[in-house]
Order: sequence, then C-alpha cells, then structure tokens
Amino acid sequence: MTLVYAGVCSHAPGITGRAEQADPMVRDGFYDAYDQMRKDIVASGAEAIIVIAAEHFANFFMNNMPSFAIGMADFYDGPIEDPAWLGIEKFRAPGDKDLSKRLITEVMETVDVSYAEEWKFDHGIAVPLHFLTPNFDVPIIPVNINCQGPPLTPLHRAWAFGEALGRASQAVDENIAIIGTGGISHWPATPDSGKINEAWDRSFLDQWCRNDKDALLDYTNEQVYADAGQGGFEIRTFISVAAAADGAQGTVHFCEPIPIFAVSCTIASYELASVER
Amino acid sequence: MQKFLFELNRDRALQARYDEDRAAVLAPYDLTTEETRALVEPDIGLLFHLGVNGQILMHFAALHQIEWQDYLARMRDGIEKYGPVREGVYAVTGYEGVGADSQIPPAKADNQ
Ligand SMILES: [Fe+2]
Repeated sequence: MTLVYAGVCSHAPGITGRAEQADPMVRDGFYDAYDQMRKDIVASGAEAIIVIAAEHFANFFMNNMPSFAIGMADFYDGPIEDPAWLGIEKFRAPGDKDLSKRLITEVMETVDVSYAEEWKFDHGIAVPLHFLTPNFDVPIIPVNINCQGPPLTPLHRAWAFGEALGRASQAVDENIAIIGTGGISHWPATPDSGKINEAWDRSFLDQWCRNDKDALLDYTNEQVYADAGQGGFEIRTFISVAAAADGAQGTVHFCEPIPIFAVSCTIASYELASVER
Repeated sequence: MQKFLFELNRDRALQARYDEDRAAVLAPYDLTTEETRALVEPDIGLLFHLGVNGQILMHFAALHQIEWQDYLARMRDGIEKYGPVREGVYAVTGYEGVGADSQIPPAKADNQ
C-alpha cells in the first residue's frame, strides 16, 4: 500500500554481545532510542519490515556474490553466530514468501536482484530485530547489498536499488517499513576495532538527513576506506533507505560513539510525505 | 580456506563434526600445512595475517569461545609475529583519527 516507515540503525555484534562492557549511561540511552524506533514502527502500522543489511558471509560468499539479494521465504533462522558470543539466542523469524515475491518482481523491473529461498541471519539483521521485533511477530523481508567482497556495489546502484524498493513498497497491498542497518565509520574485526571517526559519521548523517543525493553519492571507496574503515562500506544500506524515502527529510534520534560496540551507535528516521501526521 | 570457514560458520552440523575430528573435516579442502595448522590450533593471528576476511575470522573466533579482548590481542600478535595482512580489505589501515578510541583503555591491560 505504502511505505510507512524509513529509518536506519546500527547492527554491530557488540551491541548485544558486549553490553555489560559499555558505559551504562550511554548504552541505555541508545537502547531507549532503539525502543522508541520499535514503537514508531508499530505506530506506523507496518505489516512487514524490509531490513537492508550488509551481511557478513552468512549466506553469500565470493563463489557467488550478488550485488543485491532479497530473501523469499516464510521463515529465517538466526543467528549464525555463537549465541553466547552475540548475546542473542537462536530464533526463527517470520518471513512472507508471497510478499517477497511481489516486491522482488517489482524491483526487477529496474534493478537486477538475486533472490534466495534460504537465508540465515547474522548479527547484521539479528541485532536490530532483537530490539525492533523482540517477539518476532512481524514478517521480515531480508535484503543484502554487497559491502564485503570487492568489487563492491557502486553507491549510485545502491541508490537505484533503494528507489526500486520504495516503488515496490508502494506497489504492494501491505504497509511496509524499511530499515537500513550498518556502519557508519568503523574498523570491525581488525585490531583497530573501537576506533570511530565521529566527525565523519556526523557529516554523513547530516547529508543523509537532508537526503542530499549528490553528497551521498560523492564518496569514493578509497576515501571511505581511509576515513571510515572497512565498516564504512556499509553506508550503502543507508543510501538505499535515503533513495526509498523519496526526498523525505530525516532526523537523528541518537548518535553516540560506544567504542566497545565499535561504532557510533545510531538511530535515525525520515519523515515520510506518504504518512499522515 | 575462507570457503571452509564460511561453511563452518553457518552450519551447526558441520561445527559438531569439526568439534569431533578437525583433521577429517579439513581433509577434502586444498590447504597447505601452514593453513591446516592455523585452523586446527587455531592460530587467529596467523589466519588474520594470511588474509582471512575479518568478519569470517571473527565468527570463527566466537565459535572457539575466544573472549573479545583476547581475540583483538591475538590479531595484533599475529601481525607482529608474521607481518602485515597479506591481502584483502580487513587489513590494519593505520587510521590514527582521534575520537572515541581515545576513551578505551589499552586492550591488553583490559584482558581479564
Ligand atoms: Fe556490519
């Protein structure tokens, strides 16, 4: 029917896995912002949530790496990681194969996308769901953009993909929420984990909030790698959400660096024109 | 080698078999003696040096219940012992930016 919610959030595994090592004041503020995001999604009347993640080799490997993939199953298992390490028990999240099929069919009109009838969630989706649908009572449509194995998906294609997802969300009968997860600057899974370029994050988020397409697509992989690390490549998920939001303006609800979580912990959303307020 | 780790990380049945007999599970893969040793031990620092993608290695370390600060320290030690990461984007980029990292205590001192 329409896109009723568009937002972004962090997904670093430390958010749940190393919760007790973070400064409780900052951490709890972040968790509160996550909970507000959950409430906003419920209030939006969303009947399904598209989660655009940059996965970390849970499903796709260099032997067959799609630039874009969308899940098309009635359920998804996760997390692939050790539950004690991630701080999230094994779960089965509901999907909606039929809705996926309709979304994919529409997206394919403009963007070549792979689909997958099997899909396991890693922390990229499991961490956001832990906060946003703790009861696993809303169907999830998992989406992946290759932010891991170069050559990476170009930013302007991530934009085109986001536009296609936005259009597809309008084309189906259900109310759709779309969430991008990842980044922003970080050096995950390296000895530099914990470094955060906060100034870079705030500048990127400012562009994201203004939905400044030119600025968002102006980054090069070399710049991002130097200033925002390997993890910075995940800005693709944010860029797709910006495109899906079709010019809407955004608000950052929370953005604070939490080194043990390895990122500027971020919650932000767009005020969608299609939603009555 | 990364292909094996990718499969291991996502497959609980394979994890159980690997737990029982690491050598047998690794046999069908085309691995050097050095790679096999790095996996079986596991030598996280060597695997990082050899260019195993950081995300794949992080999940592998989690599978072995290696505590976070210990895992970071093992990667650092590997770079010191074997040299810089051979290939891939999960290298140490030399980023020296200020910011949040200035708030964290030295990782090794923090390793309980
Ligand atoms: Fe990630």
